[in-house]
Amino acid sequence: MKSGRFTKKNGLFVLQLGAVLLLPFITDALLGRGWVRIVDFAMLYIMLALGLNIVVGYAGLLDLGYIAFFAVGAYCFALTGSPHLALAFPQLFPAGLHLSFWQVVPLSALLAGGFGVLLGAPTLRLRGDYLAIVTLGFGEIIRIFLNNLNAPINLTNGPQGISLIDPIAVAGVSLNAGEEILGITFPSVHLYFYLFLAFTALVIFVSHRLEKSRIGRAWMAIREDEIAATAMGINTRNLKLLAFAMGAMFGGVSGTLFAGFQGFVSPESFSLMESVMVLCMVVLGGMGNIRGVILGGVLLALLPEILRHGIVPLQQALFGRTVIDPEGLRMLLFGTALIAVMLYRPAGLWPSRVRRSELEADEPESTI
Amino acid sequence: MNAPLLELAHIGKQFGGLNALSEVSLHIKRGEIYGLIGPNGAGKTTLFNVITGLYRADAGEFRFAGLRYHHPQPHRLAQAGIARTFQNIRLFANLTALENVMIGRHIRTRSGVFGALLRDAATRAEERACAERARELLRYVGITRPAQTLAKHLSYGEQRRLEIARALATEPLLLALDEPAAGMNATETESLKMLLQDIRATGITVLLIEHDVKLIMGLCDRVAVLDYGRKIAEGVPDEVRGDPAVIAAYLGNDDE
Repeated sequence: MKSGRFTKKNGLFVLQLGAVLLLPFITDALLGRGWVRIVDFAMLYIMLALGLNIVVGYAGLLDLGYIAFFAVGAYCFALTGSPHLALAFPQLFPAGLHLSFWQVVPLSALLAGGFGVLLGAPTLRLRGDYLAIVTLGFGEIIRIFLNNLNAPINLTNGPQGISLIDPIAVAGVSLNAGEEILGITFPSVHLYFYLFLAFTALVIFVSHRLEKSRIGRAWMAIREDEIAATAMGINTRNLKLLAFAMGAMFGGVSGTLFAGFQGFVSPESFSLMESVMVLCMVVLGGMGNIRGVILGGVLLALLPEILRHGIVPLQQALFGRTVIDPEGLRMLLFGTALIAVMLYRPAGLWPSRVRRSELEADEPESTI
Repeated sequence: MNAPLLELAHIGKQFGGLNALSEVSLHIKRGEIYGLIGPNGAGKTTLFNVITGLYRADAGEFRFAGLRYHHPQPHRLAQAGIARTFQNIRLFANLTALENVMIGRHIRTRSGVFGALLRDAATRAEERACAERARELLRYVGITRPAQTLAKHLSYGEQRRLEIARALATEPLLLALDEPAAGMNATETESLKMLLQDIRATGITVLLIEHDVKLIMGLCDRVAVLDYGRKIAEGVPDEVRGDPAVIAAYLGNDDE
């Protein structure tokens, strides 16, 4: 009986895995290549949301400047993987640095983690709204720096951003050109999909392992009651810094992926609105629950695209012209959705623990 | 062995112009149950928070287990062996009973980020032992519900017991309880008393703040009485009960 259930479970897993692996091809066939690109971006958002989930969902530290770490990772690759450094330091790097993607990933993870600690250290005593204000300021500071660091040394190229970032190469194959493997043609966006999928899987794995560990429990203790946590001997300073650093690392790595995928970064990609979006993914989906956060990421990353591609033709068909701009509608729907979720599902669409408390009754082995 | 476990000398604490504690000196011997009583606002909880590191004393000396501490941080004191419960229960409400107690094991376990990620044999063994010990403690304090019950879904009495289990998980030398019987009925108080006697029998020293005079008198080896931030009496319960200063301050004077 039991083994039967398990094979069914395994079968379901294989089916899901297959669906995910075929996703770019299915999307391509049904909706067109543009949508594969949208799915790729959704994966980046999922990674960001999972990173922020460590800070907000596990440790309960409200961070409104999270996109800054994404920016750090993106600019890290932009500077080290494009000819731009030749402009800033012509003697030192006559042709730019051109580190490979695999060298930049650990570098930007470390750098972003360092920035995480930098943000965490002065805010250790702050909680809730006060912390939110300081982190919001931090996010804006980073963006404004990026905007203005084109003088006296042109480090970031200011608002124009940095272009010509090297494409990501895996095993010597540049992902910017399509590739034929075993007779199947993989276009560039498909290749990036699989790369992002691998990183997302890694991020999910790390999140999951941390959640079910001594460290994860300590984070949740801080979230639930910081005073009780210190009274239990938890060093809240170190653990908060660790949460900031881990979350920032995820952000930094996804920023690097973003820079390689786009080939171009500019400060406007890292506005406050992006931080708010990522936070909404976490809150809407279900803080502290990996599946919920993924769901939130998928929904919020795809919603604006669905609107953009669906609402304009719909309005054209109904009224013969575009009455409401999809961008404005996006904010309207987004706000409404947020209010609705907060009213009817304050713990998010897929909150953590619900399943567990439901299962409690029929789990005799967990009784003590 | 005869040296006191906790020694406070001339402890003072002010909030603005208010002297919440002044010149409080006391010592708690190893293995005893020490009671701290006094009328509302006498400074019991303030003293308690000084002992557990939540407040910094403005004056005085603090020694625990032979070591002197200057402005000790709460987590250091927990590591040194002081565990506490709170007057207004402060559990990790959205975590399970088991997790609450496992968090108490935090300082007695070691695995870090790499252990969590790799989940190597040592980490797995530590997790298992930690969960096992936590289950034992839940049984020990008498929580019979599934270990996976969320702390907020436990009954009031169970929540008080869970706080004690969580504190015991830190392997304390001194267990400090802030009004553990508050809001309990007579039966619950009686079984709490038995639990505390059990705990003392295992060699853990107990510090107790309590309003329930009967519980204090029946349980404590020695009692200190605070009034207006000062210690007005100390001694075995019977002595203290007869002390005129205590009667005037606490047990009600003839005006009533």
